Amino acid sequence: MRRGFPVPWALAVTAALTLGLPFSRPLFAALFPQLPRPLYETDPFWALLLDHVELVALSGGVAILVGVALAVAVTRERGAEFRGLVETLAAMGQTFPPVAVLAIAVPVLGFGAEPAIVALTLYGLLPIVENTVAGLVQIPAPIKEAARGCGMTAWQTLWQVELPLAAPVILAGARTSVTINVGTAALASTVGAKSLGLPIIVGLNASNTAYVLQGALLTGALALSLDQLFELALWRAESWKRGHARDGS
Amino acid sequence: MIAFENVSRKFGDWTAVDDFSLVVEPGEILVLIGPSGSGKSTLLRMVNRLIEPTAGLIRLGGEAVANLRPEILRRRIGYAIQSVGLFPHWTVERNIATVPRLLGWSRSRIRDRVSELLALLQLDEARFRSAYPHQLSGGQAQRVGVARALAGDPEVLLMDEPFGALDPITRAALQAETQRIQRQLGKTILFVTHDMDEALRLGGRIAVLDHGRLVRVGTPAELLAEPGHPLVVELLGGDGLGLRRLALETVASRLRAGEAGDGEPIAASATLDEALSRMMAIGVDRLAVRDAAGQPLGVLHLEDFPLRTTP
Repeated sequence: MRRGFPVPWALAVTAALTLGLPFSRPLFAALFPQLPRPLYETDPFWALLLDHVELVALSGGVAILVGVALAVAVTRERGAEFRGLVETLAAMGQTFPPVAVLAIAVPVLGFGAEPAIVALTLYGLLPIVENTVAGLVQIPAPIKEAARGCGMTAWQTLWQVELPLAAPVILAGARTSVTINVGTAALASTVGAKSLGLPIIVGLNASNTAYVLQGALLTGALALSLDQLFELALWRAESWKRGHARDGS
Repeated sequence: MIAFENVSRKFGDWTAVDDFSLVVEPGEILVLIGPSGSGKSTLLRMVNRLIEPTAGLIRLGGEAVANLRPEILRRRIGYAIQSVGLFPHWTVERNIATVPRLLGWSRSRIRDRVSELLALLQLDEARFRSAYPHQLSGGQAQRVGVARALAGDPEVLLMDEPFGALDPITRAALQAETQRIQRQLGKTILFVTHDMDEALRLGGRIAVLDHGRLVRVGTPAELLAEPGHPLVVELLGGDGLGLRRLALETVASRLRAGEAGDGEPIAASATLDEALSRMMAIGVDRLAVRDAAGQPLGVLHLEDFPLRTTP
């Protein structure tokens, strides 16, 4: 019955690609003999990977904090009337193409990482708000009533009962949001933020398929890694459903 | 002690509780009974301020509950509801420890208290301490619910149809358990139910509610002897009332001492309805009676059954 421990093996793939790509010139030279420079060498891949992770982590972190806070606020009695508004705004955030958000953010914030982080945050908000609301409203009323009846404050009920019980659904939302943003963050290189999108964009401009392939491979491996890390977090958040944590029965 | 003084609660135009006054004495089980919508649950939930009265006063040991911070008040009151109220993501131990943790007890004191309560509720510690609610049967989960309500050593226990979802056998066992615990710990218990059998079995006093008003309060014997209100008769099962009365008396109260009888003897501690059932089953009108040690005591005659109380 027990689902096994999810091993985040894609982390190893990402690491291997990051370390191995700089030595892959013979391989890409053989694959693309017509290209004079078959390996992207302007920036080291590890530096691009770190920049990319930074973009995703910052925007994802802010989106999770803001998204969960908004969802908590609109599921309280006093905030209930704003629930429709918040859900609509979050949905609008996602219907804007990220490129458009980037284009609008540049005149305000200038080129670089800032407009990218703003765009990615807005873009990642919806799944988190939606899932957090869904996760919080599905908690059976008797459980919340028991928490109150035992003498928990509203704050204690939220932290000790509601958020832990909603955690699997919230994590699923965060997982969607962050995984999509790994791909979207690649676009951030169009406004001058460094990311794994850089080799892709440079490659597209210069008709260098090898560059595109190198950027895409690493971006894909990173997306898969983060997805598996969320799987791991979900596995931990649901450990109580598997019963005894210690003896495995 | 819980005192209701002219308590009313309105929800819009609907009066759920109407000018209700009653004192629940220290150490007694008081059962609130009535049809759905009679206001019994609302009354219970006003004691720990999950609902506020629109008029009147509720006192807990002399103190008006309205003057206490709700969280502080609730930590002093045990609260047991149907088993779904356990926190599913916490182990049995953590569930029971809810109130002690909120009260800031030390780890070792909480650990000892959990062991004590598991023993009191007859839950095997090795098996249940680290189990999660979904691994428990309904009866076990409800025992944990009662243990959680008792954990902070509250003066008063509020129980809102706690055994409603259980099968009859488990329910009877937990009713007996509740009585035992009440006798052992001397807690004041306010118990809500819609099941008259449960109310009669728990003993103590029964308060009958209809449309938010108190129509009758008394011990099971008093209610059976003098229902005093059509709703009470109805709750007591109409024509079945006579049989319920028999359930309140033991064979010992009617036996003709010294007579010798034949056949399989019945225990003197059996109730009269059990004796009647036995007589009907084997087709006799008298039964030999023995004491707990098996010694013959006398004979029970069917003609001695009619009760000398007025309906």
